[in-house]
Amino acid sequence: MKVSIFAALAALALCGAAQAQKSAADGIAEYRKMLEDGNPAELFEAKGEALWSQKRGPKNASLERCDLGLGPGVVKGAFVTLPRYFADTQRVQDLESRLVTCMATLQGFDAAEIAKTPFGRGEMANVTALATWIAASSRGMRFNLPQGHEAERQSYEVGKRAFFFRGGTHDFSCASCHGEEGKRIRMQDLPNLTKNPGDGIGFAAWPAYRVSNGQMWSMQLRLNDCFRQQRFPYPGFGSEVTIALATYMGVNAKGAESIAPAIKR
Amino acid sequence: MADPMRIRAQAAGDKTTVRVLMSHEMETGQRKDAAGKVIPAWFIQEVTATHNGKTVLTADWGPSISKNPFLQFVVKGAKAGDKIGITWVDNKGDKRTDEATVS
Repeated sequence: MKVSIFAALAALALCGAAQAQKSAADGIAEYRKMLEDGNPAELFEAKGEALWSQKRGPKNASLERCDLGLGPGVVKGAFVTLPRYFADTQRVQDLESRLVTCMATLQGFDAAEIAKTPFGRGEMANVTALATWIAASSRGMRFNLPQGHEAERQSYEVGKRAFFFRGGTHDFSCASCHGEEGKRIRMQDLPNLTKNPGDGIGFAAWPAYRVSNGQMWSMQLRLNDCFRQQRFPYPGFGSEVTIALATYMGVNAKGAESIAPAIKR
Repeated sequence: MADPMRIRAQAAGDKTTVRVLMSHEMETGQRKDAAGKVIPAWFIQEVTATHNGKTVLTADWGPSISKNPFLQFVVKGAKAGDKIGITWVDNKGDKRTDEATVS
């Protein structure tokens, strides 16, 4: 009996040693792999798809005529070209701010009212679901943001400056965490966003479902939380600085394959 | 009205693997909101799976199941074209049924 217990303990110790060789990042990657099969982002995708063609709002209209940059109603491939310049609004817009524009012009919703709504509530939750489905429609495609219009190039330059701008109580910038290789927060690896971080990493992974809090996170919410972590004031939803940062990351990610909506710890 | 489920059913040999994603808050009744008030329990209590209308699985669930739960199981003898139905009932009496075809 004693011998077998000893043998069992020895076997356990061996297991421990084998596990120790695996890094925390490997463990997270393995965990994500296991979850991918049942990514609850699919629930938001389904919701977004239904919302797109549903007649809603004061004008009782669908979003099927919404122009996401590739022409009215074209969804596939739109995600990997955003943010971009839109002639009708005369500004550079990301996916979410563009959706709000469409909801206002086509469906008659109050754009300012939606922008004020907290994430995960009311019409803002619908914007996130729509963004999830639109992103999913470009899964596997490669980022290729247009930089032909002057406003797009300006947005990139503003984004770059915002990315390196240090401030707040901790004298932080985006670049403090995302400016070089091999950085991490606790056990979470941080991508270097000053260049293309690779397929499905950084900008190419959001919107994403976060398992730890059971929430669907859009890029606007991702940026909002980065500002919080830097102890900066919250940026306005769809504000110029958030879109400029998205342009900076999106242009840097040129050629990276989008895996959005991803699943995150 | 609850949001739809995502059901995928894939046949391989005489076995069919069914994967279900359900959309549900799954509140435990242990959490408090920002005002300090207890958020009432709200969770799926009963799950039933059918194969061509015949019950093949029933499960009693509780508050320890995660938000937006994922369920995977294997049905013996289900072939391509068969119907797999899933129903859940939560503790508020709300229910949802969705169906998928085995591929």
